[in-house]
Amino acid sequence: MKLYCLSGHPTLPCNVLKFKSTTIMLDCGLDTTAALYFLPLPLVHSPRLSKLPGWVSKDGAVNLEKELKECSGRVFVDSQPEFCLPEKELLDLSTIDVILISNYHCMMALPYITEHTGFTGTVYATEPTLQIGRLLMEELVTFMERVPKAQAATCWKNKEIQRLLPGPLKDAVDVWSWRKCYSVQEVNSALSKVQLVGYSQKVELFGAVQVTPLSSGYSLGSSNWIIQSHYEKVSYVSGSSLLTTHPQPMEQSSLKNSDVLILTGLTQIPTANPDGMLGEFCSNLAMTIRAGGNVLVPCYSSGVIYDLLECLYQFMDSANLGSTPFYFISPVANSSLEFSQIFAEWLCQNKQSKVYLPEPPFPHAELIQTNKLKHYPSIHGDFSSEFRQPCVVFTGHPSLRFGDVVHFMELWGKSSLNTIIFTEPDFSYLDALAPYQPLAMKCVYCPIDTRLNFHQVSKLLKDIQPLHVVCPEPYTQPPPAQPHRSDLMLELQPPPMAYRRCSVLGLPFRRRYERIHLLPELARSLVPSEIKAGVSVATVSAVLQSKDNKHVLQPVPKPAPVPPSKKRKRVTEEPPEVLNPKPLLSGAVPLEPFLAMLHKVQHTLSLRPNQSAQSACR
Amino acid sequence: MPDIKVTPLGAGQDVGRSCILVSIGGKNIMLDCGMHMGYNDDRRFPDFSYVTQNGRLTEFLDCVIISHFHLDHCGALPYMSEMVGYDGPIYMTHPTKAICPILLEDFRKITVDKKGETNFFTSQMIKDCMKKVVPLNLHQTVQVDEELEIKAYYAGHVLGAAMFQIKVGSESVVYTGDYNMTPDRHLGAAWIDKCRPDILISESTYATTIRDSKRCRERDFLKKVHETVERGGKVLIPVFALGRAQELCILLETFWERMNLKAPIYFSTGLTEKANHYYKLFITWTNQKIRKTFVQRNMFEFKHIKAFDRSYADNPGPMVVFATPGMLHAGQSLQIFKKWAGNEKNMLIMPGYCVQGTVGHKILNGQKKLEMEGRATVITGTANNVIPHLASTLLDVKLQVEYMSFSAHADAKGIMQLIRMAEPRNMLLVHGEAKKMEFLKDKIEQEVFVRCISCYMPANGETTTVVTNPSVPVDISLNLLKREMALGGPLPDAKRPRTMHGTLIMKDNSLRLVSPEQALKELGLSEHQLRFTCRVQLHDPHSDTDTLGRIYTHLKSVLKSYSIQHVPDGTVIVESIVIKVTSSAEEPNLKVILLSWSYQDEELGSFLSTLLKKGLPS
Repeated sequence: MKLYCLSGHPTLPCNVLKFKSTTIMLDCGLDTTAALYFLPLPLVHSPRLSKLPGWVSKDGAVNLEKELKECSGRVFVDSQPEFCLPEKELLDLSTIDVILISNYHCMMALPYITEHTGFTGTVYATEPTLQIGRLLMEELVTFMERVPKAQAATCWKNKEIQRLLPGPLKDAVDVWSWRKCYSVQEVNSALSKVQLVGYSQKVELFGAVQVTPLSSGYSLGSSNWIIQSHYEKVSYVSGSSLLTTHPQPMEQSSLKNSDVLILTGLTQIPTANPDGMLGEFCSNLAMTIRAGGNVLVPCYSSGVIYDLLECLYQFMDSANLGSTPFYFISPVANSSLEFSQIFAEWLCQNKQSKVYLPEPPFPHAELIQTNKLKHYPSIHGDFSSEFRQPCVVFTGHPSLRFGDVVHFMELWGKSSLNTIIFTEPDFSYLDALAPYQPLAMKCVYCPIDTRLNFHQVSKLLKDIQPLHVVCPEPYTQPPPAQPHRSDLMLELQPPPMAYRRCSVLGLPFRRRYERIHLLPELARSLVPSEIKAGVSVATVSAVLQSKDNKHVLQPVPKPAPVPPSKKRKRVTEEPPEVLNPKPLLSGAVPLEPFLAMLHKVQHTLSLRPNQSAQSACR
Repeated sequence: MPDIKVTPLGAGQDVGRSCILVSIGGKNIMLDCGMHMGYNDDRRFPDFSYVTQNGRLTEFLDCVIISHFHLDHCGALPYMSEMVGYDGPIYMTHPTKAICPILLEDFRKITVDKKGETNFFTSQMIKDCMKKVVPLNLHQTVQVDEELEIKAYYAGHVLGAAMFQIKVGSESVVYTGDYNMTPDRHLGAAWIDKCRPDILISESTYATTIRDSKRCRERDFLKKVHETVERGGKVLIPVFALGRAQELCILLETFWERMNLKAPIYFSTGLTEKANHYYKLFITWTNQKIRKTFVQRNMFEFKHIKAFDRSYADNPGPMVVFATPGMLHAGQSLQIFKKWAGNEKNMLIMPGYCVQGTVGHKILNGQKKLEMEGRATVITGTANNVIPHLASTLLDVKLQVEYMSFSAHADAKGIMQLIRMAEPRNMLLVHGEAKKMEFLKDKIEQEVFVRCISCYMPANGETTTVVTNPSVPVDISLNLLKREMALGGPLPDAKRPRTMHGTLIMKDNSLRLVSPEQALKELGLSEHQLRFTCRVQLHDPHSDTDTLGRIYTHLKSVLKSYSIQHVPDGTVIVESIVIKVTSSAEEPNLKVILLSWSYQDEELGSFLSTLLKKGLPS
């Protein structure tokens, strides 16, 4: 059993597990942080961004002024933003049988894997994961296609040239695996390969392996996976949360007794407490609005935004800011809000019970009804005529490189009255802001990451007791910025097996047994004998049948009665067709009675002088 | 021999009060717990005294499963759990859990408040009963206890309707509840995988019907409604608040829109809006098309259909009214019917099945004069102070009556289709009329499926026992299995089956099949060698070596498929059999052939000795 690690990113994993005869890909996360090296894509013509100087090396030897632009003291690539893909060379992607998706953030690389690689397998995901994942992909595509860029910059990726570039571009890794965004056709084709599954559904793969998604408590429809045969069990834990937010709580007990637990997707901000961050978010928001400024919240179109809206729904009235408008701007804003209301089965108890009344599970329905929350597909169209200030705007993309957020940065960045509040933990906010510097607007960093922290995970592991833990390398050491914080790493006995991009791990398994079924006729014919107290044995002679990785033992067919032949051949002239070896002989031989018996038999034997029987006991 | 027992307490050769007991692998499960619309006395509920004469049902039942929210499937639930007494788990889908208590409360109100019955379950009992409900999702495998697992499949009969697979070890039963094999305007078609249950318990409401295409029926329906409205008549469509009503509403809504019709359409009682709300929140349970477009246009937001008020019934001019309940046995539909029955311009469209004993059933059977008896006919006073008048009036039915089967039950073709999907070993029919069942039973038993299926149709209180033949799961040592598969190939050769030998070790409830050698080693036993030796005298005028050579050639020609070796030290070896030739100096032509074989090769050994005794061919 082997694990091929195609991504080193701890929260955007992509691993391939070879288990028995199956090849299973676990998640395919897309690392979008590569976009930070690129210039923002403005929705409206930006004089500032269009007049940037090109980059030429100091000695003038390297001239890449078409590809690279200097902006706010840094060099950026002037091209459609690209993303870092999972490793495609480590193993043949066409051999993958199935892909298991744990949540909608971890499937964004799906079209790169399933299209143009010869992939013919099936993707398994829950319905919310599929629907919201589709929205996020469509959003990404729209963001890119709305602002087409004629050129694709590639010269800078040349190793010789990259070496000469100023940081951080110089230190960017795996740049040749970076790809620009996929198309809608590729998204549709990739998602057409998804087969929906429900929590606790047992899915048989080729009769050899059973996979089961379990609620992971992180987002709508998010799941951990159990991959097991009758004797071996691998748990795949990815993006789980023990906090009470909107999704169904995490299912823990089914993870018990795992031989191997693959652990990914812990919190990216282990030092921040999500509740505290939420409080800070609200107070900063209130302060800005009171002072007459606007608040910009760069965020994904699904996920924490539901919790933020719910939190604000309660907070705004109590803070006497009930009349402040919220705007949610995204090509998929409406769909995201609508979809969130129809997945009652996937929500926490509290929200589930609302549907029984029947009421929509999320209070943003009421915010929309009372016109406090308005959603628009983009800043163009109705939004420009309807929008009032001061206001709160939720919009993407959190990298600040594309999407409507770029426009708001240009619009509001120059005023110190306004505030940008970062809530998504995926991007370093300083890097995100780099091309907009110098900024007058206030920046607040309130990352809300509800995934497991190290304290929670060590408690969890103590409860479920896996024999071995596999995790990304960063989890086995303290964060580079806080080398003394040994509490911010996994300390386990035996120590976890760490992986990085392109690792291939042999998992410590020894398969000894396989499940086989004795047909009832065969089972009935067995004669067990007790060897010692509580232990019985029976000799089994049977015919093996293996089909679809299922094994069955059936009774040995009785030889067909010999048809009466004309020659009246004696049966004994035919050598025995089947050798029916007898069981091995064992046990104590009671010598005295045995000899006595021999004496008796001797008499009969003497009648047939040609034959004598002898037995030897060793 | 293990067996599965099925006993209908209701719905055995009947439609109404569905309640089926199943005993499988030592577990007892109650499937549905419905009421009978045709009775007002004790017969309206299943006879739970069959389970136990006195005391609670909890210790006799492992779980209760409710297939959908129709009262003939869940109407007796509060009576069973709160009045007879049951505290175990009750499983149903989320939509069923949401809608079922509303219908129960409605039913209670009609029975207690309007008819004035006492000794009936109370609102509190409905609430307490619903607390025992465990909601489940489609395809989720719910482990009721260590051995018993249940799984729900989409049934397409009404919102949230499900079929259930009940499984203990390798034995399983599938209960369909009510299902529909053709997708309609708001729901999808029932689906199940090839789960090969021991028994498929199927409804058979339309056992003898093969319905024409849905389009024809829809056109017919619209034509009739249109004609009546055109000539100024009123159309009454008795329906249940949820289910068919929504389908017909969608149909009329689109028709009204297309034809630009002005006649009002009403939907009775406050349930409408609530009902549509449920459909909006549980949109994932509707059909593909509605799910796909719900963000843009929610099919359950009707423009032309308005809430009905009692006073509208006397309004002049045409109108279409959907009124509950569907079988005209009580409530608003009956009241409106009585008002409109006398006018031949009006029309009554019965879109669903009517249980025997209901007014709907009588009318459909062509009864033109109805005796309206009972206490419910004339009611004066306020809601809190109901004064029933015992009155009996004779009602002339002059309005046109149309029966159009829109109820979403599988017809004969659909039932056959489901059998092909699930491939059951046995069929058991419930929820249908005896005569029709008989017809279908013959049809099933004559039809050629993958195998012959025996079909049962027990009456209420009658037990059907089906003997099952479960195979025995055993752990086989991987070494043994791999060795065997390498030698024999995956499929047995019918002509030359290979026999595999192993030893089954039974210890502490575990069954392990290992090679005999390993078994001896594991059990600390030594192996005995039992050898048989035999001398055969033979006249052969050759040297000893030549004789041995002749034996070798002879055996080679007789034993074609055995390994035969001529070893240079003067022996011939056939499998484990050793053959030597000696002769004395006195009689060099009298050869003594020594044969020695192990117990394992007894058959071959004795064959050889007999063979050699006959001499060698010259």
